[in-house]
Amino acid sequence: MSKRKTERLLSLVVCLLSSQRYLTATQIRAAVPGYPDSFDAFKRMFERDKEELRELGIPLDMGSNGPLDEELGYRIPRQRYVLPDIRLEPDEAAVLALAARVWRRAELAGAAAGALLKLRAAGVEAEETGQPGIEPRLTGEAAFGPLWEAVRDRRPVTFAYRAVGRSEPQQRRLEPWGVVNRHGRWYVAGHDQVRQAVRVFRLSRIEGRVEFSGPRGSVSVPDGSDVRELVAEWDTQPAERHTAALKIRAGTGFGLRRWATRERAGSDGWDLVDVPFSDLSWFAEHLASFGADVAVSEPADLRDAVITRLKGALA
Amino acid sequence: MTGQPADPPARVSTSSDRLQRLLALVPYVVSRKVVGLSETAAAFGVSERELVDDLNMLWCVELRAPDPYCPIDLSYEGGEIEVSQAESIDRPLRLGVDEASALLVALRMLAEVGQVAPAPGPAEGSALSRTIAKLETAAGEAAAPSAQVAVQVDRHAERSVAAKLREALAAGRRVHLSYYVPGRDEATERDVDPMRLLVVEGRTYLEGWCRRAEGVRLFRLDRVLAVEVLAAAAEVPTEAEPVDVDSGLFRPSPTDLRVVIELSPYGRWVAEYYPCEEVTELGEGRLRVILRTPDGEWVRRLALRLGEDGHVVGPAEVVADVRREASAALAQYGTAGAGGSPVSPGEVS
Repeated sequence: MSKRKTERLLSLVVCLLSSQRYLTATQIRAAVPGYPDSFDAFKRMFERDKEELRELGIPLDMGSNGPLDEELGYRIPRQRYVLPDIRLEPDEAAVLALAARVWRRAELAGAAAGALLKLRAAGVEAEETGQPGIEPRLTGEAAFGPLWEAVRDRRPVTFAYRAVGRSEPQQRRLEPWGVVNRHGRWYVAGHDQVRQAVRVFRLSRIEGRVEFSGPRGSVSVPDGSDVRELVAEWDTQPAERHTAALKIRAGTGFGLRRWATRERAGSDGWDLVDVPFSDLSWFAEHLASFGADVAVSEPADLRDAVITRLKGALA
Repeated sequence: MTGQPADPPARVSTSSDRLQRLLALVPYVVSRKVVGLSETAAAFGVSERELVDDLNMLWCVELRAPDPYCPIDLSYEGGEIEVSQAESIDRPLRLGVDEASALLVALRMLAEVGQVAPAPGPAEGSALSRTIAKLETAAGEAAAPSAQVAVQVDRHAERSVAAKLREALAAGRRVHLSYYVPGRDEATERDVDPMRLLVVEGRTYLEGWCRRAEGVRLFRLDRVLAVEVLAAAAEVPTEAEPVDVDSGLFRPSPTDLRVVIELSPYGRWVAEYYPCEEVTELGEGRLRVILRTPDGEWVRRLALRLGEDGHVVGPAEVVADVRREASAALAQYGTAGAGGSPVSPGEVS
């Protein structure tokens, strides 16, 4: 934004905020310096300026001062412009400063900084305390920005998505209901327009751009739907519990022994260890990673799965 | 993939930012009555020179009709800013949806983290819920969409471990950790002077001065087997540099192994989980990734876990190590690949 434009917009805001009455375009042009002489050029520039103010979140009302006014005018209603009073205690201001840092590495960093600026402008002293504590961070993801906008504005989107094991990405059409960060990874949940069902997608598996595919406000989120819950369900392992009987070389396999339900010394430097598991293929991969320090005795399907992994590593 | 290196703007820099700053500047001064130039410049993340430009622009605002007048009057003589007339912009603009959401989601995340790693004393949890309530009220309608973004923190870490570490941090005490190192599958014992707790990529870490390694180390809380708060005071050396969390936790060192792995469509998760130096599409969903790690044993474990979904292409000694270990493991099942001699994992630096 050029200096002249900033000056003009600043004057425009002050002018419209100060006025109790609706000001017509002509009155605005007379009051605010910097508009061109030609009325058409003024109108075009004024249209862009109004759009610019709306994008900044400045409320702009249109109306007339009485039934006799023929031309509609504009004003900024002070009540809707002003941030309501907010007073924070020192401990509250400290957690606020901490919160503003959470997005440092992620898409809403600018928004968090902007919010903090406004709160400081309202008199809040959001200073960081020297107290050593806890520093949480959210991580960025390219698809987050457009998906958050889509969720916020209730717009459907399309994107190319590569599900696990797929050799090619597929085009998906989604009415997004919410974005969830679960255990450090971003997901979007919503209504899949092709599958006609609720689906969850991992943002890191979206390839290329997320495009809006419908107007604002055209997505309705069903009452009582909890995106957090949807993502948690999608991400959770089956609750079924099994027990594996393992042989673990003495002095190794700490990562398995941590979870052992039974552990006893066997022969020839091997210990016999029982370890619970739920997801067979994940557990087989985990066991394979211990190489020759671990051997599965039972169950047979787990044993076979580990052998397959190991053979795969040799292939 | 994790870790967009995109440099987070400490101060925003899109075209409309200056206008936002100007609108916040007047109320910032008004609410403090008198405030120093340098302090204000720091709060707004600009140089004093830029700040003075801003103040001049505000002072120069002129409305020409119906009667010409200058609505804003201010001075900054002697380095102290004072606004004597602020007209209609004496209060900040309300929060936008993105702004309200950014803070509310972050505050709710902090509350989640507090559940996982409770602070000593009830103060913090109560400050959080009070702040959330006040912010929701102040944001009004703009607060609603924030409910559509949620953060769930991994709860694998033992609550008691986190609580003890926060207690040690608050009291400035040294801790003794039994810590599991999965790359080497061993439990280690060490004394650590805690610096802070980090929650990054969904996991909780202790950052501290490790007295065994004589360096700053990160410890994942879900790998802490036991923790004891010692009587000794923590002594973090002045040269201990905190990890710059904002540029990613893991930075490769030039002496690291450069590992090349080819992944099937089922092995692509590796590129999502580990920071890769290079990721190349090989077609049909296959990927070639290049990882940097100091730990050859870690790579061997990863390769065994991946099985046919990932093959280490280089360096050659790691390839050989994977094959040797896979053969030895298969020999225990009396299966093909037998003949490889049993190996004992060599010590890895």
